[in-house]
Amino acid sequence: MDLRLPLVRKSAFTIWRRNALVWRRLLGPSLVINFGEPFLYLLGLGFGLGAFIETMDDMPYLTFLASGIIAASAMNTASFEGMYSVYTRMIPQRTYESMMATPIEVDDILAGEMMWCATKSLISGSAILAVAALLGAVSGWQALWVIPVIFLMGLCFAGPAMVMTSFATGYDFFNYYMTLVVTPMFILSGVFFPVTSLPETAQVFIQLLPLTHAIDLVRPIVSGQQVNNIGLHIAVLLAYAVVGYYLAVILVRRRLII
Amino acid sequence: MSEKINKIVRIDKLKKSYNNNIVVNGISFDVNRGMCFGLLGPNGAGKTTTLRLILGLSPADSGALSVFDLEMPAHARQVRQRIGVVPQADNLDPDFTVVENLFIYGSYFQITRSVLNKRIGELLEFAGLQDRADTKIGALSGGMQRRLTIARALVNDPELIVLDEPTTGLDPQARHMIWGRLRKLMQQGKTLLLTTHYMEEAERLCDELIVMEQGKIIAQGSPKQLINKYVESEVVEVRSGGEQAMEYIKNMNGYRVEKAGDTHYFYSNNARELVLQFEKIKDIVFLHRPANLEDVFLKLTGRELVD
Repeated sequence: MDLRLPLVRKSAFTIWRRNALVWRRLLGPSLVINFGEPFLYLLGLGFGLGAFIETMDDMPYLTFLASGIIAASAMNTASFEGMYSVYTRMIPQRTYESMMATPIEVDDILAGEMMWCATKSLISGSAILAVAALLGAVSGWQALWVIPVIFLMGLCFAGPAMVMTSFATGYDFFNYYMTLVVTPMFILSGVFFPVTSLPETAQVFIQLLPLTHAIDLVRPIVSGQQVNNIGLHIAVLLAYAVVGYYLAVILVRRRLII
Repeated sequence: MSEKINKIVRIDKLKKSYNNNIVVNGISFDVNRGMCFGLLGPNGAGKTTTLRLILGLSPADSGALSVFDLEMPAHARQVRQRIGVVPQADNLDPDFTVVENLFIYGSYFQITRSVLNKRIGELLEFAGLQDRADTKIGALSGGMQRRLTIARALVNDPELIVLDEPTTGLDPQARHMIWGRLRKLMQQGKTLLLTTHYMEEAERLCDELIVMEQGKIIAQGSPKQLINKYVESEVVEVRSGGEQAMEYIKNMNGYRVEKAGDTHYFYSNNARELVLQFEKIKDIVFLHRPANLEDVFLKLTGRELVD
């Protein structure tokens, strides 16, 4: 197996640009997916539940929920792109095959894909931030610091998603990861209610999940509270991104360079 | 900067196996600059794997391989910068138009926009797709897609063009059009390396070729040399006939005969006598023709080339 450390080069940007050009063409449907679903959550749950729960963790419930949804949407977008779209380009569409006949290597392809996943997270996360601001759920301009955090989250969730893709035998394979990893994080990592309301044993496990750390960064920034353990949270997100990328590169090399 | 090397590809005792299944079994050959070099053989002979090894897309188990005097796969990146690849199955980007495909592909080589702009105009002309520039890939015919794939392989002005079965699946008209394009490239001094299982293609295009079977090279030379070396100059193919006729054929002596499927091949350096004999037999269908590479393959392996 080719375990060489990947090199991240300028070529990765050409892969990013290819995807950006395709996205520009499919702007409408893409935005509906990235933007519509979290928007509904925010309106429905934020106002519906918000009528009963006025505040949570010392902030209006709408703010609590909006910050959770920003993080969850970054997770969903990057995971979806890193699995379904990357798989499409790798196997049925043979896009990587055509790239690899040029000086482009697996290292470049996956680095570019990862940046693209993060870019899509950035688009959907920022859209929700804007909606939340319109609904009065954002406390001030400091909330814009959330934007680089969303990009980092995109990288973080793209890593493991691409590792899944490197094993995938078809689209159905991703149901495992969606059901066993993404959905539990969505429910348990503090999007809808604070992690501290769960049993303590569960909390230990939940602290290993990247979405928990993402929310611990996003929520205080959006609500204007003090961010605690900032170094730890960034380190966890980075670790998932870097380890995920490295594993994905090794596994995709094993799959395509045979 | 670099002096012109004459041996574009050098392969020495190259071996590759997948799961204990030997696909390339110790092959050696060189490809000289400016020639069209063919890899001929049935499906599963190891042709595509050989190309993958040359492109650095597959690591060899043993043996030596260099392209442009650079060892592979260690220099895969530099080498692929100077190669154009036409894959067996078209993998054009379905999300883009004809022109966008060329642009995006060019960007993988880090070619600047101004150079690319100029080159793409030429490539559209080469492919005969000027008025299709903004058409989506899905709306192109098979032959057009193939021409675009070949044009795409030229976007980096490559010294070596590698083509994996460039005309498989095309109708005869489209095939002739592709052959014309490839000859044009040869006139421009490009080196071509192609695989095919079409005899006619190999005979028309290749200056030199190797015949592969089960991962080994079983013959090498120019099409003419191979025919002269291995088979008689003329063939009479007997395709069918009544029982009586077949009985007669079986007892005919003095000729080398090969049998493949329901066809008997009679070889001779002077087949006139033979033809006269056949003409006398009722209910027999036969064809008298000059020998070709198919006959070489049949003699060497006892099998027909195309399945």
